[in-house]
Amino acid sequence: MVLVFAEATNGKFKKAAHEVVTYGAKTAAALGTECVALTLGDVTDAGDLGRFGASKVYNLSAPELATFDGSVYTAAIAGAARQLGAKVIILLHNSTGKNLVGRLAARLDAGSVPGANAIPSTDGGFSVRKSVFSGKAIADVSINTDYKVISLSGNSIPVEESGSAVSVESISVDLPAAKTKVLETKRAEGITPLPEAELVVSGGRGLKGPENWGVIQDLADALGATTACSRPVADVGWRPHHEHVGQTGVAIRPNLYIAAGISGAIQHLAGVNSSKTIVVINKDPEAPFFKAADYGVVADLFDVLPRLTEAIKAHKAG
Amino acid sequence: MKMLVCVSKTPETTTKIQLNGDHSDLDYSGVNYIMNPYDEWYALVRALELKEAAGGSVTILNVGPADNDAVIRKGLAIGADDAIRVDATGGGSLFIAKQIAAQAKAGGYDIIWFGKETIDYNGSEVGAMVAELLDVAYVGEASHLEMNGTTATVTRDIEGGIEIVEVSTPFAISAAKGMAEQRIPNMRGIMMAKRKPLNVVAAEDAAATTSVKSYELPPAKTAVKLIDPENMEELVRLLHEEAKVI
Ligand SMILES: Cc1cc2nc3c(=O)[nH]c(=O)nc-3n(C[C@H](O)[C@H](O)[C@H](O)COP(=O)(O)OP(=O)(O)OC[C@H]3O[C@@H](n4cnc5c(N)ncnc54)[C@H](O)[C@@H]3O)c2cc1C
Repeated sequence: MVLVFAEATNGKFKKAAHEVVTYGAKTAAALGTECVALTLGDVTDAGDLGRFGASKVYNLSAPELATFDGSVYTAAIAGAARQLGAKVIILLHNSTGKNLVGRLAARLDAGSVPGANAIPSTDGGFSVRKSVFSGKAIADVSINTDYKVISLSGNSIPVEESGSAVSVESISVDLPAAKTKVLETKRAEGITPLPEAELVVSGGRGLKGPENWGVIQDLADALGATTACSRPVADVGWRPHHEHVGQTGVAIRPNLYIAAGISGAIQHLAGVNSSKTIVVINKDPEAPFFKAADYGVVADLFDVLPRLTEAIKAHKAG
Repeated sequence: MKMLVCVSKTPETTTKIQLNGDHSDLDYSGVNYIMNPYDEWYALVRALELKEAAGGSVTILNVGPADNDAVIRKGLAIGADDAIRVDATGGGSLFIAKQIAAQAKAGGYDIIWFGKETIDYNGSEVGAMVAELLDVAYVGEASHLEMNGTTATVTRDIEGGIEIVEVSTPFAISAAKGMAEQRIPNMRGIMMAKRKPLNVVAAEDAAATTSVKSYELPPAKTAVKLIDPENMEELVRLLHEEAKVI
């Protein structure tokens, strides 16, 4: 059996949860077994996960699960897996997942693949592909143990509906005391976080200064995109650190990445070259980024970005 | 505060990745190595700052072959007191975590530091494994830490925001950007590093739970389509009709 941990944010499931359930259902199909979803804490509409292929949804609610603690969540997920007889455990490779994959693997003495980006291959063993070197290469990793733990990179596979809503069953597991105490959680409202974003508009040193970011923001607003930046821009404080993408920043794989005033250094490319479509706007025709781009515009970004924004608005207005 | 900083050796960030003949491994010829940036810039430096503020010790730990000693010496040059190398090659994440946990248990450390991930395998899992094996708290992708006695207030990065948590020693933590600023070793540090102890110990028995079967390179991009800067309507049309991303 495949057990998917479907994480909810403030009680609701986002697209990433639908992706991970879709992934679990496809993995179960490859193994000829069923996929069940586990939800933790108070959630609404858990049964809806059935639409993405979960044959059953379990919910574990306990006061200890109200805030995140790695040990408590690990006990919950590993306990549910043992109780249900699930040998493959799948979760998201997001901030929660990164706190859990290693713990689950250690607890179950399992092989794990963090940051998978394709459905496991089951011919001649069990192996999962993941990107390595921040996207410069892909490794096919074999798991050699009975229990298997996989975390899925966001935006790696399309969400697919393959079923209908199912009933939700309660489950109970003994939970330990928390080892961390959450004092405060702060999230920017209304903006899709970079790792989950499908559309990203990014600016580099070519923007010349933080006061010029309006041209990036206007395009992002017109598209409904999330903004990002190159490392030097975050280092000098023109933009917040969490916007820094690349080998030593956030690695992203959106459907569309628009880069303006970014030269395309190898460390920058490493974190963005898994994007499905890349548009590069740079006034230097020799900028290395053009080699990694699908579409390029050789021009001054201060002329082109406002024009592109208007064209997007016109397109949206139909 | 007795601290252990776990470091790994990774290819330098400008490395062009190439594969060997049968794609079973990378072609390592001509590759230069560095200490994994997250380990060096953030974990090690913050540990040194805590020691400078409140006393204690900073021990570097690496699980790897003798080739890794240069990277370990760099950590000593930046300011760590001593180092341990568990002599092993490969083994996978859980194997490595078991080696670290064994050393951590023997040494009785208050804080066990990691970088948020290695820039080669991009795993982000060893720190949490060690925490589970030792049954201690773990905070992943931490961008800020303040100590108050044996209690730490830690900021960790979450999607689109931050979470502030409190943990007590002993705990494990992985450091992200924001935790500290890179330090360049000076001449005196480099000279002193040569005399600091680097203890090599044998690895414990542990199974490899994963192994890399093969590598491949991402598909090559087709040549860029250049768009007339005066005609952004054409770019929008292509994004809509050809790339189908808007
Ligand atoms: C260990 C290490 C790790 C690193 N990690 C990262 C990382 O994770 N992410 C990252 O981004 N970088 C990283 N870097 C830095 C990287 O090497 C580059 O220095 C950086 O990406 C360059 O940023 P940039 O493209 O914004 O600036 P620049 O290289 O200065 O490029 C600016 C570009 O803007 C163009 N431009 C200027 N004005 C205009 C205009 N008016 N209109 C159009 N175009 C214009 C220029 O032609 C130029 O191509 C790392 C470096 C090291 C050593």
